[in-house]
Amino acid sequence: MNKTINQKAWWLILPVLVLVAFNAFIPLMTVVNYSFQETFGNNQFFWEGTTWFEQVLNSDRFHAAFLRQMLFTAMIIVIEVPLGIAVALTMPKKGPWVSVCLVLMALPLLIPWNVVGAMWNIFALPDIGLLGYTLNSMGIDYNFTQQPVSAWITTVVMDVWHWTSLVVLLCYAGLSSIPDAYYQAASIDGASKWAVFRYIQLPKMNRVLTIAVLLRFMDSFMIYTEPFVLTGGGPGNTTTFLSIDLVKMALGQFDLGPAAAMSLIYFLVVLLICWTFYTIMTRDEVN
Amino acid sequence: MTKIKKAIVPTLYILFLMLPIYGLVSMSFKTTNEILGGFSFFPSEFTFENYVKIFTDPTWYNGYINSLIYVVINTGISVTVALPAAYAFSRYNFLGDKHLFFWLLTNRMAPPAVFALPFFQLYSAIELFDTHIAVALAHCLFNIPLAVWILEGFMSGVPKELDETAYLDGYSFPKFFLKIFIPTIAAGIGVTAFFCFMYSWVELLLAQTLTSVEAKPIAATMTRTASTSGYELGLLAAAGSLTIVPGAFVIYFVRNYIAKGFALGRV
Repeated sequence: MNKTINQKAWWLILPVLVLVAFNAFIPLMTVVNYSFQETFGNNQFFWEGTTWFEQVLNSDRFHAAFLRQMLFTAMIIVIEVPLGIAVALTMPKKGPWVSVCLVLMALPLLIPWNVVGAMWNIFALPDIGLLGYTLNSMGIDYNFTQQPVSAWITTVVMDVWHWTSLVVLLCYAGLSSIPDAYYQAASIDGASKWAVFRYIQLPKMNRVLTIAVLLRFMDSFMIYTEPFVLTGGGPGNTTTFLSIDLVKMALGQFDLGPAAAMSLIYFLVVLLICWTFYTIMTRDEVN
Repeated sequence: MTKIKKAIVPTLYILFLMLPIYGLVSMSFKTTNEILGGFSFFPSEFTFENYVKIFTDPTWYNGYINSLIYVVINTGISVTVALPAAYAFSRYNFLGDKHLFFWLLTNRMAPPAVFALPFFQLYSAIELFDTHIAVALAHCLFNIPLAVWILEGFMSGVPKELDETAYLDGYSFPKFFLKIFIPTIAAGIGVTAFFCFMYSWVELLLAQTLTSVEAKPIAATMTRTASTSGYELGLLAAAGSLTIVPGAFVIYFVRNYIAKGFALGRV
């Protein structure tokens, strides 16, 4: 759509600007303040320069949490995107079952995050939970509160349970925008199922898949409540992701300086990756 | 035959989604003794005790009321301020529009954990700590950008000729916006409201940080109960099951638009 140039449009944005700036700018400046200074209470601050940043960037603890975070995000994207595409492709196209599928699939998305954690905690308890009990009675030694591998698998499966539907719904929206004529043309040409997927469905889902990966990346990178309720970051530190580590540092140990420095580094990483995605997305829009 | 084969994947997937929910709901109808006694697929002594406790104890049911109050306030604020802004982004070019749009999105990307402590200090300083409005305003941080993004997508789908015709017919901007434009994108507004509702309803970290007693959300009541009075799993399961209800209720209304909304109106 060709847009007209109108500087007065700023007035329409003003309310949004005021509200978001109030919520984003003041807290962000507080974080920046803490990250360069040392405080012993009483509102006295001492300039520290980049000490905290160097300390965080060189600490093993941050590296470990960062690696865990990257691994987690990579794993859930690798599982959720293909699974979401598969479910979206096999979903009914019309009829009463569409609504049933959509409502049931969207359900996990609307459950408060700590309830998701609590639900999976109950579900996976080795002696009294449905999953834990079944696995153990099948002879598989499973205890997510003590075994790091079990804890990891449970956390990943929980996220797959929680968010795959988002990918499904996005892909479904993309697929339902393909006109029937495309499929008819393909069947006249005698195209195989794979060819239909590769040359019609996948290109049409390109945009929604970008949004899906972007959203899943952002949200999984800031995941906090669900693993915190499920495992508390344990056993040991094995499921302590970036946000959990940050809250531990800021509110648990009250190391405000390093916590603030870590916040800024963390935020910059997310920003950088999302900016890359966003540029790719808007570049496609122009073409 | 192929039809049945095709139904296998979605059926298995939905089964996978329903199992943990079933575990939670079935636990909520069990007595504490039965839960701790060992695993059972169906409750052997079917009890409503846990639900009765929640609906009669003010500390429990107030949690639900508090959550619903701030969620509704937040949805109202977010949609109202996002409407004109989304219109501006979808119709006009102006100085810094692209940068502004991305800046808005960065707030959707900010991890709430980064903002928890500064938010506590900010809202304490302006004496809004432990009020519904504090949580509602704080959730604007990620809901307004999302609302602008979705609405902009829906609005860009409306041809510009609609605006031009209306202006030629002598409509002023506010009159056109309220009388013609808003009814045209009603579905988009519904979907946006749904998303704001959803993200405000599921968020806990900020809501918990900004409240203590008066505006304590249900999610926080749950975590605190779990840690203070031992582990009353039945009660916890009942409270958790009840938090699914409002979500299921609103999904039903937007089910036909939900897919498009998740695509942020850009399909």
